[in-house]
Amino acid sequence: MSDVRPNPDQLLAQVKNLEAEAKRGSLKIFFGYAAGVGKTYAMLETARHAVALGREVVVGYIEPHARPETQALVAGLEVLPVAEIEYRGVVLREFDVDVALARQPDLILVDELAHTNAEGCRHEKRWQDIEELLDAGINVWTTLNVQHIESLNDVIGQITGVVVRETVPDRVFDLADDLELVDLTPEELLMRLSAGKIYVPEQAQRAIQSFFQKGNLTALRELSLRQAARRIHTDVESARRSKSVNQPWATSERLLVCVGPSPTTARVIRTAKRMAAALDAPWLAVSIDLTGESASSQVKQRIAQHFRQAEGLGAETVTLPGQDVTGTILEYARSRNVTKILIGKTKQPRWKRLLFGSVVDEILEQSEDIDVYVIHGEDAQEHLAISKRSAAPTKKLPYVMASVLIALTACLAYALQLLNFSDAEANSVMLFLAAVAWAAARYGRGPAILASVLAVLVFDFFFVPPFHTFAVSDAQYVVTFAVMLIIGIVISTLTSRLRAQVESTRLRESRTAALYELGKKLSSLYGNVFLASAAGVQIAEMLSAEVAIYLQQSSETAEVVYGQNSVIAKHAVSLPVAQWVIQHDQIAGAGTNTLPNAIALFLPLIGSQRTHGAIAIRATDAQRLLEPDVRRLLEACASQLALALERDQLAIDAAEARIQAETEQVRSSLLSSVSHDLKTPLAAIAGASSSLLESTSHSENTRRQLLESISDEAVRLNRLLENILQMSKLDAGAAAPNRQWHVLEEIVGSALHRTTRALASHQVSVNMPADLPLVFVDGLLIEQAFVNLLENAALYTPPGSQVAISASVDGQSLRISIVDNGPGLPVSAEDRVFDKFYRAFPAADSGRGSGLGLAICRAIIFSHGSRITASNRPGGGAEFVIRLPLSKDAPQVVIE
Amino acid sequence: MLSTDLHILVIEDEQPIRRFPRASLENDGYRVSEAVSGEEGLRMAASQPPDLILLDLGLPDLDGQEVLMRLREWYTPPIIVLSARDQEPQKIKALDQGADDYVTKPFSVGELLARMRTAIRHANHIGPEATSITIGDLRFDLAARLIYRNEDQVHFTPLEYKLLVTMLKHAGKVLTHRFLLREVWGPQNSQENHYLRVFVASLRRKLEADPARPRYILTEQGVGYRFAAE
Repeated sequence: MSDVRPNPDQLLAQVKNLEAEAKRGSLKIFFGYAAGVGKTYAMLETARHAVALGREVVVGYIEPHARPETQALVAGLEVLPVAEIEYRGVVLREFDVDVALARQPDLILVDELAHTNAEGCRHEKRWQDIEELLDAGINVWTTLNVQHIESLNDVIGQITGVVVRETVPDRVFDLADDLELVDLTPEELLMRLSAGKIYVPEQAQRAIQSFFQKGNLTALRELSLRQAARRIHTDVESARRSKSVNQPWATSERLLVCVGPSPTTARVIRTAKRMAAALDAPWLAVSIDLTGESASSQVKQRIAQHFRQAEGLGAETVTLPGQDVTGTILEYARSRNVTKILIGKTKQPRWKRLLFGSVVDEILEQSEDIDVYVIHGEDAQEHLAISKRSAAPTKKLPYVMASVLIALTACLAYALQLLNFSDAEANSVMLFLAAVAWAAARYGRGPAILASVLAVLVFDFFFVPPFHTFAVSDAQYVVTFAVMLIIGIVISTLTSRLRAQVESTRLRESRTAALYELGKKLSSLYGNVFLASAAGVQIAEMLSAEVAIYLQQSSETAEVVYGQNSVIAKHAVSLPVAQWVIQHDQIAGAGTNTLPNAIALFLPLIGSQRTHGAIAIRATDAQRLLEPDVRRLLEACASQLALALERDQLAIDAAEARIQAETEQVRSSLLSSVSHDLKTPLAAIAGASSSLLESTSHSENTRRQLLESISDEAVRLNRLLENILQMSKLDAGAAAPNRQWHVLEEIVGSALHRTTRALASHQVSVNMPADLPLVFVDGLLIEQAFVNLLENAALYTPPGSQVAISASVDGQSLRISIVDNGPGLPVSAEDRVFDKFYRAFPAADSGRGSGLGLAICRAIIFSHGSRITASNRPGGGAEFVIRLPLSKDAPQVVIE
Repeated sequence: MLSTDLHILVIEDEQPIRRFPRASLENDGYRVSEAVSGEEGLRMAASQPPDLILLDLGLPDLDGQEVLMRLREWYTPPIIVLSARDQEPQKIKALDQGADDYVTKPFSVGELLARMRTAIRHANHIGPEATSITIGDLRFDLAARLIYRNEDQVHFTPLEYKLLVTMLKHAGKVLTHRFLLREVWGPQNSQENHYLRVFVASLRRKLEADPARPRYILTEQGVGYRFAAE
């Protein structure tokens, strides 16, 4: 079935790419089919035109040329200093990326896109340097020969007989925004060669001679022309596609390549790439992780290498577990709707193929409706075929044990014979079979085979007539021998497979469990440092490696948050590598192409909003970390950590936002409360005074009332403003209490004096012992607190109620209480009474209170390090209790 | 109490606050002149010295304290300052600089008039040099150094007595802690305010019907004390 709808992810990726492209520099490649066609010359010429038009052009690196004409073109252009790297006593000149990045020119010329940098440079390849320049927004012009393109590498090797080792991944080539084909007829090129106008390194003389044959050159030229044409086609295609979004995919094909350790795979991969490109189809590279494959690490390395190659060429890589190579591949292929399978031709001799079967044959047989392409590979020095069966272990002990077992069995069988068990022969056979089965189950295939053979021999020697010879009288025994052998082999194979499967499943399961554990742990923690520590510990355990985690808060430098004492953190290069990784969102470090001299592998912690940091892992076997499934595990862990960090940050942000919102709310409620409370008395004053002014016929009594109203409301207004001001000051923490030693009675007295009017119709009593110690308080603030409490009591109790103030020493504090016998506090409002703007019993005239009085009390008492509580008395009425801490060094004053 | 021919100078920049005292003062028989700034006030005081100055501490041009200082360089009659709430340090400073009393805005006219009268009385030593003073149910026989409450003799320690008499001498006027400490314990004293407070508490216990709600020895919280004049 073909996909009719365009994949939304692909479109999104396209959009993202466009965005990224806008910031990226543009790449122009001067493309040619051989050295000497004049790419560098063309580049320099065009550059000079650009300079004449006013563009800022800088020379990053130009290969020294034999052609003086080319060299002459460099003159007059700004040339950046090169990096000088010493390598084995020789000073090599390499392009210096950092100088270029610092210079930030509009356009830079860098020759030889495929060049390999000397050791000590940041990147292994020049195209990586150029990618970095493009990322930084610098435009780059470069040169490239067709034979450096990776997917064409082998084809060209075939044509010319010269295999070029320096390759550029196809995706880099496809990156180029502009391709300029520098073409020359082969005849002209040959003329140039003979005229000595082509730069040729001394060592390559002979090879070059064979290279520069007309046939070769023509073929190369055709390839380069075709490549350029394909580029144009791609441009047209993507333009068309972006214009009409609903266009279905051009192809419904999907390719699958079987990846093994054999070097033929490399060619198969490149072929797959070309085919996929031609068909405009996605392609997969699949490898089977043979359970029980105690493969040499070399095999695994090879496979990993091929995978990297495939990935670089744009494949999706998959590792499948399984015993049965063919079955697994085909099952997967069907599940992914693969239409074509590519597999390498096998070099196994026919007899082996007949006996053991070959993967290729099986796939051909079982592929049904999937096309199979069998690609031949290059001759390789080493040849490791994909074996179907597991290899045997080479320990000695199991063999010994197996022999011992057979010996024991022989004794046992002999004993049975002595006991004259009928059909002792059958029993002996059974015993030996049992022994062989046991050996197979316990010791593996090799010992099992040994056991079988030994069993047969022993049986033959001791138990089969003629006794004590190896001759066999009855041909039936041959069957017995054969069966024993077969049983031994079958059982041992089965058990070893089972064991291996169990082992591999266990490993997978433990990795999955570890990942799950990590996730669980991270979800329950808060705080960057804790998250990083948890992740670091877990990952270190998982991989038996050393871990360090670098985190970067926005715009600051990264710093080590976990693993400060590790070898990684102490290594000088680690921090800059971590910075680089964070900046570029790319993996780097030991075993990769980028910054390979770091002692650990660095992965970026990429979250959905930004990259939070980098995790560095150092294992004794660095290559193990690059195996696809380990790498996937690492990436999964890194992404979990990144997301956890993000979640943590978002929680903090949410809390801050909440606080902000609450503050806003308080502010707005203050405004609304204040505006209402201010307007009421003002309205009364304005009204009463205007009434007095306008009308002259009021009675004396009325006039008096109006004037009293004005006076009262003015007082109320004043009180309100005082409260508001006080509350603001206390909130802002502006005034620290001005503490002095006070006589409590005096403060109470002055508070009562200020509330004389409010308490006019109440019965007030004061009960304080004469010898109360002095208290260290701010007199004005505490007086205010008492005033507020007394006013509160006056306001919320009916006239005639009693208000009593008392104080006593209670342990280390002074307990002051103000009680009334009024209606008391609303139920369950004992704490809320102290909230700002809280008014109990909202009713008509209770708007007299500002709602701030008790809040001010609490703030004042709090600023003295004390507490105030409110409660309802059991017999009715409210009680407010203040506890002021008593100090042991209160001054004692003697009256004299 | 009519006080004809007494000239009051009001130095206040806010017109409404000039207006209402003027009305009451003139009603009471005082002659009132107004100055709207410190400079003008100083000029007017110099050219026609009044019998009492009402000075706002929150003037626009010159700091009220500055005006007070300059006045006190040569002007001896009473000065009463108008201050705002929570300005206790300013009040204390003004009093120490030579102001006789203060009223806190917003104030009632009655309060202002009472303090003015007290200040003038003290300044002019109106009234006989009394050796016997009666206030409420207290009777002070200064010559014999005896004090009666409800005609029962009350005993004081020497310092208590000294404190009491000092306050009595300035009855009606506010007295700062510092002033009292200096007067009673001498100019070299290094006592702190709480010393005074404890003594005052003791006085109250001896003289007041309800020490917690004093009638005679009033607290000016943050500033000092005032002995009731009547």
